[in-house]
Amino acid sequence: MFENFDFDVIRRSLAYLFFDGMRFTLTLTAMAAFGGLVFGTLIALMRLSGIRPLSVVAGLYVNLMRSLPLVLVIFWFYFLVPYIGQWLTGASRPVKVGAFASSLITFIMFEAAYFSEIMRAGIQSISKGQPMAAQALGLTYGQTMRYVVLPQAFRNMLPVLLTQTIVLFQDTSLVYVVSITDFLGAASIVGQRDGRLVEMYLFVAIIYFLISCSASFGVRRLQARLAVVR
Amino acid sequence: MKKLRILGLSLAAVLAAAQAHGEELTGTLKSIKDSGSITIAYREYSMPFSYLDDNQKPIGFAMDICSKVVDAIKMELKLDKLEVKLAPVTSSNRIPLMANGTVDIECGSTTNNAERQKQVSFTNTHFLTASRFVSKKANNLTMIDDLKGKTVVSTAGTTNIKQVTEANVARNLGITIIPAKDNAEAFLMIETDRAVAFVMDDVLLAGLVAGAKDPSMYAISKDAFSKPEPYGIMIRRDDPAFKKVVDAATAAVYTSGEAQKLYDKWFMQKIPPKGLNMNMPISPELKAEFAKPSDSPDPDSYKVGGM
Amino acid sequence: MNYHWNWLVFFEPSPTGGGSYLDMLLSGLLLTIETSFCAWIIALITGSIVGVMRTLPSKTASTIGFAYVELFRNMPLLLQLFLWFFVLPELLPRQAGLWLKQLPNAPFYTAAIGIGLFMSARIAEQLRAGIGSLPRGQKMAATALGLTTTQAYAYVLLPMAYRIILPPLTSEFLSTIKNTAVAITIGLLELTGQARAMQEFTFQVFESFTAATMIYLLVNLVVVTVMRTLERAVAIPGYIAGK
Repeated sequence: MFENFDFDVIRRSLAYLFFDGMRFTLTLTAMAAFGGLVFGTLIALMRLSGIRPLSVVAGLYVNLMRSLPLVLVIFWFYFLVPYIGQWLTGASRPVKVGAFASSLITFIMFEAAYFSEIMRAGIQSISKGQPMAAQALGLTYGQTMRYVVLPQAFRNMLPVLLTQTIVLFQDTSLVYVVSITDFLGAASIVGQRDGRLVEMYLFVAIIYFLISCSASFGVRRLQARLAVVR
Repeated sequence: MKKLRILGLSLAAVLAAAQAHGEELTGTLKSIKDSGSITIAYREYSMPFSYLDDNQKPIGFAMDICSKVVDAIKMELKLDKLEVKLAPVTSSNRIPLMANGTVDIECGSTTNNAERQKQVSFTNTHFLTASRFVSKKANNLTMIDDLKGKTVVSTAGTTNIKQVTEANVARNLGITIIPAKDNAEAFLMIETDRAVAFVMDDVLLAGLVAGAKDPSMYAISKDAFSKPEPYGIMIRRDDPAFKKVVDAATAAVYTSGEAQKLYDKWFMQKIPPKGLNMNMPISPELKAEFAKPSDSPDPDSYKVGGM
Repeated sequence: MNYHWNWLVFFEPSPTGGGSYLDMLLSGLLLTIETSFCAWIIALITGSIVGVMRTLPSKTASTIGFAYVELFRNMPLLLQLFLWFFVLPELLPRQAGLWLKQLPNAPFYTAAIGIGLFMSARIAEQLRAGIGSLPRGQKMAATALGLTTTQAYAYVLLPMAYRIILPPLTSEFLSTIKNTAVAITIGLLELTGQARAMQEFTFQVFESFTAATMIYLLVNLVVVTVMRTLERAVAIPGYIAGK
């Protein structure tokens, strides 16, 4: 069954696959996770705040992002970001945006909706006594959030946040639809050029599986340790 | 009243001073001068116009013409250094990326036609090619009507996929048309028997067949979907200053005989990465185009010789 | 802004001969719905089997279920579709592979099966959590009454478990609908694919994608409303969902 296959193509393209492709994927995952978490926490706070317009806007944003396929959102931002840049900076022409910047903005905006739901659950799971005590001690809203509520919420939701990051890691493969070269994209380029799709896709599957599996295993162990601490 | 006159005179003086300053840069020329860089869009599999060599660097006939254009822009703007950034594009995203400013000039195998001129602009034509299809010789498909009821692939966003779609409806052929992301993926579908024919510009088909594992297995049809249509290097619309510079640069390359040398380099000699020779002597229509460059989208305007 | 607006482009005839561009988008929507339903049915059936396997007392069943879930959860959906579409036909004997490759509507079947199996892993996990959240006494009482394991699951555990996980199942169904968009990479011309095709033919980027966005939002609304009615209809008073 495997006689016709040339697995040597994997060895020859390893450098390209990992230094160009995997580096893009990992950098995008890390930066989008961080950006998405920060932006998502902000949105969660907006939703939970008493100010009506803020919570409505945040709610609409989250529902919009969660109703659309990621593929469609990628297309939107890919073509739209330069025009947004033009509008924001008041330039006379659309702003030039590279592939990485465009993907980063897309994933931060998209994942923020999901991270915000997780953080919202986390914040709501903290007993009311905590912010009440903080208020009694004279802390402002900002200080309460920063020193009392958010650290606890973050620690409680850490396993879920990490799982969502693993999902994000897998979702970055979708930049394929706009021909951006991530790990899967790099493998496709090599595979199509040399006619070796089978070998490349099997290899990519194994790598993704190994990384995601070990990451989820790590999260499970973290969850066990955190449970004891609580 | 007196104040109004003073205002009027000062306004006139300011305007006169502005005129004396000479023309201000606008559009693409301005953004190139301000950023000190120009972004060239290239194709990954459009042999021999714009494609990747073994080191993943874009090379080709159109890329060479573009580097001459970049030199001309550098001289025009009187820049010491002009950074050349490269961005890969596919048939389906090249026009939106040109319109939204991500790339400044696209050097590949883009067909110049009236419909596209609503969104972008083209400079003087650098090639003429008709739409044909390639298939495995074993399938014995030579005419378009042979494709009745079969599965055919073409690249998304091209004039070719539009032509085969329209022919399918007009001639009632019942073809299943699969869109592929780029020429390499489409050709792979023919190789692996997912589709029986690949509709594309015949010069690109020749390049793909030449680079295949077993070129003798494939045949390009004699039947064409269209007349020979012009390829143009693509630039933004509504930017007359930039177009003037690019038109002048390409006209200089074509009329001076440089284009003929470049043509021979890419079509009559061995080219990377496999050292193939396309062996396509220059057609009389293209020779006439180089002698008198034109950016017309009308295929009939390139016909040569009395009939 | 250098963009040439044309909101009337939806009524212009599309080159595919099937009517206007709006018709093109609607045919894409139809395909999205068909693919989602087929994938959902596959996901429910396989997911339920695996979910039940994971809660069975037998160690082998549990491990097989675990391996199945880990396999389908740790690879991106896009990659799984590529494996089904590009790799599987090449691994089969030549005739079978050829038949697979030349199947009309191959992208549809591949997408339905690929997305179905991908979602089945998630449904399995949901079902496992649902069954696990039931009081242990239920299973014990069923055994005490003399029910076999199959009967216990069929008459006692699963009816309750499904009602409990109905809300997460709704969001999984919505996920299925969204995931059909990934299939444009294997040539399925569903809603997002048709919007992209429309953008490629007309160059009207904003108009095409706005239409697709509106349609997805509408579909979302419809599904959520229907599922909410379903939840109310099957809710057991005094037990779940704040009834």
